[in-house]
Amino acid sequence: MISSDKIPPLEGPVCALPLRHSEQIVMGHGSGGRMTRDLIEKTFKPFLSSPALAAGNDFARVAANDSGESGGRLAVSTDSHIVTPLFFPGGDIGRLAVCGTVNDISMSGGVPLYLTAGFILEEGLQVEVLQQVLASMQAAAAEAGVQIVAGDTKVVERGKADQLFINTAGIGWIPDGRQIGGEQARPGDAVLISGAIGDHGIAVLSARGELGFEADVHSDVAPLNGLIQAVLEVAPHTHVLRDPTRGGLATTLNEIAEQSQVAIVLDEAKIPVHTAVRAACEMLGFDPLYVANEGKVIVITPEAEAEAALLAMRNHKYGAEAVRIGVVQEKPAKRVLMRTLIGGTRILDMLSGEMLPRIC
Amino acid sequence: MDVNQFSVAFRDNEIIQGVLKEIRRTVTHGWVIMEICGGQTHAIMHYGLDQLLPPEIELVHGPGCPVCVTSLELIDKALAIAARPDVIFCSYGDMLRVPGSHRDLFSIRAAGGDVRVVYSALDAVKLAQQNPDKQVVFFAIGFETTAPPNAMSVLQAKQLGLKNYSVLVSQVCVPPAMHAILGSPANRVQGFLLAGHVCTVMGYLDYLPLAEKYRVPMAVTGFEPLDLVQGILQVVRTLEKGEVQVQNAYQRAVTAEGNRAAQAIIQRTFQAVDRNWRGIGTIPMSGWGLLPELTEFDAEKRFSVEDIHTAESPVCIAGEILQGLKKPHQCPAFGQQCTPSNPLGAPMVSAEGACSAYYRYARVENL
Repeated sequence: MISSDKIPPLEGPVCALPLRHSEQIVMGHGSGGRMTRDLIEKTFKPFLSSPALAAGNDFARVAANDSGESGGRLAVSTDSHIVTPLFFPGGDIGRLAVCGTVNDISMSGGVPLYLTAGFILEEGLQVEVLQQVLASMQAAAAEAGVQIVAGDTKVVERGKADQLFINTAGIGWIPDGRQIGGEQARPGDAVLISGAIGDHGIAVLSARGELGFEADVHSDVAPLNGLIQAVLEVAPHTHVLRDPTRGGLATTLNEIAEQSQVAIVLDEAKIPVHTAVRAACEMLGFDPLYVANEGKVIVITPEAEAEAALLAMRNHKYGAEAVRIGVVQEKPAKRVLMRTLIGGTRILDMLSGEMLPRIC
Repeated sequence: MDVNQFSVAFRDNEIIQGVLKEIRRTVTHGWVIMEICGGQTHAIMHYGLDQLLPPEIELVHGPGCPVCVTSLELIDKALAIAARPDVIFCSYGDMLRVPGSHRDLFSIRAAGGDVRVVYSALDAVKLAQQNPDKQVVFFAIGFETTAPPNAMSVLQAKQLGLKNYSVLVSQVCVPPAMHAILGSPANRVQGFLLAGHVCTVMGYLDYLPLAEKYRVPMAVTGFEPLDLVQGILQVVRTLEKGEVQVQNAYQRAVTAEGNRAAQAIIQRTFQAVDRNWRGIGTIPMSGWGLLPELTEFDAEKRFSVEDIHTAESPVCIAGEILQGLKKPHQCPAFGQQCTPSNPLGAPMVSAEGACSAYYRYARVENL
């Protein structure tokens, strides 16, 4: 016990200087959260802009020719893929590279048709490893029904890349009348998710062998174009489709709430999370709402079509665990709210920067 | 162990509503209760528990966030060490985002420093074995909870004869901080929820004289919503009766004596030292430093960073928040200039910090 006269006086306000990380790139800029958005807004937008980029979706909706008279429009998207390790339970960088772009195109409600693939190879990479990745890309493209129609390969010196990076770009066709995008959510819409969240992020983390325990979790990486076409057949007035990849469900819903100027209210008890993912997150201090998915889609659709959309997802192999998780409201605009398990309400923010495990 | 099965019962809405009803039935008076641990602050905000309590009960958030209270001086020392080309600097994740005087560990990493997030101090010892040509330094921060594993890493390194492992120690202890809060003339706290994990290691006998001296009831409390409402109920009952007791509302993890084996490891490694708490000031004998016979593992001595001195710049009210005098949203910078991706103060940085909890789980009525 220390004596009262040794109690320190109040020092008053104390604080550190702010660090904006505006001068050099740090890992948080690639998290998919607020730092990524800030980088795009403040650094990319002043130089690169177009009406399609300004729409803020993972795909661009553009006319096939300048007059826009021919039927339908094009959906265009691109995505670079880096993952350590290259192979993880449930997938690998090749499957990820194909599915990532197929899914981004599919979120426009369009039909993905053609992909391009650019490879950056590190000196010393085993050709056998490259072949395994390519075989996986071939299988994923066949499953998704897309053709890889152009490619490029560059080799960099050892140490200038981490084994293998893949960029894919894709083109799809959006039938006339489909106007699906993050800005289309309307009050009264139902919010659905095609299955349990967090599998991909935890599977990759576990495959790195850094957890200190084994988690029996498989990545959900999958092409979602088939499932989405099944949904749109029965729910043609669907407003938003988006895959909650980096930044997780919470970040993706925040983007939608902001684009559509609406509130999204979730029911915590309804959000599906596999047991092993929840257990891993509890131990590491992660929140599954912010963990990446590569084979899930958020469907926001008018209430009248919600049940049909759910049923269509549940009848598809990538949507067996589809559930309704919330609703769209008018207010408070640009916010995501969570009704907690015990009846409280909290605001669900987007991921800020790099996701870090807690101390204790 | 199935974590879900284990936690589901402690998140059962029906049982929790029953305890909340009992709290409402018991309370007749306004009470200020502090949850000492940042993990509890986050659980309260995560579940929206504070909204479900009767208005008479005000929860204030204590200094139990090790990231928040680590002094700027130690962070600057960490940054100086981590920037050295011969060093692999290991830290628990939260610490990377805390700004020092000019930089943070993210910036050091982006500039080429080898900064790694580890999940356990023993992983850092493994890194030292695997990288004999590098100096591996572990940032040993935390309360009594992290002290045993952090101490164990030093003992293990000694046993292995490792010459390339050292620790930058910033261990802090809960009871001296509570003493500082209760002894302050501005104190408002009338009851405490004690930090369950800290008590798992240390037991709760140390708190009896503190409770007696300041006449404040306390309950050892866990981190699930049911644990929290039970802890609150016990403290409220004791307050309403005008009694002073230290009770244990976390019996599945905590005994009065605590974990003797873990305490022995702490005693073989650390001794009590004065420590500077960010936002509060130097509290006598409020932390642990390495025993004299283990100084060879002291990173401050190994890398001659003992002379780094820093000055805080007064921008936010972190100090008052860490002492429970103010709530995060009462800070003019809160949510405006100060957000988790651009923190002005440590409580906004850490996952366990009160400001970050308020920001992430912000209240609808505060919009």
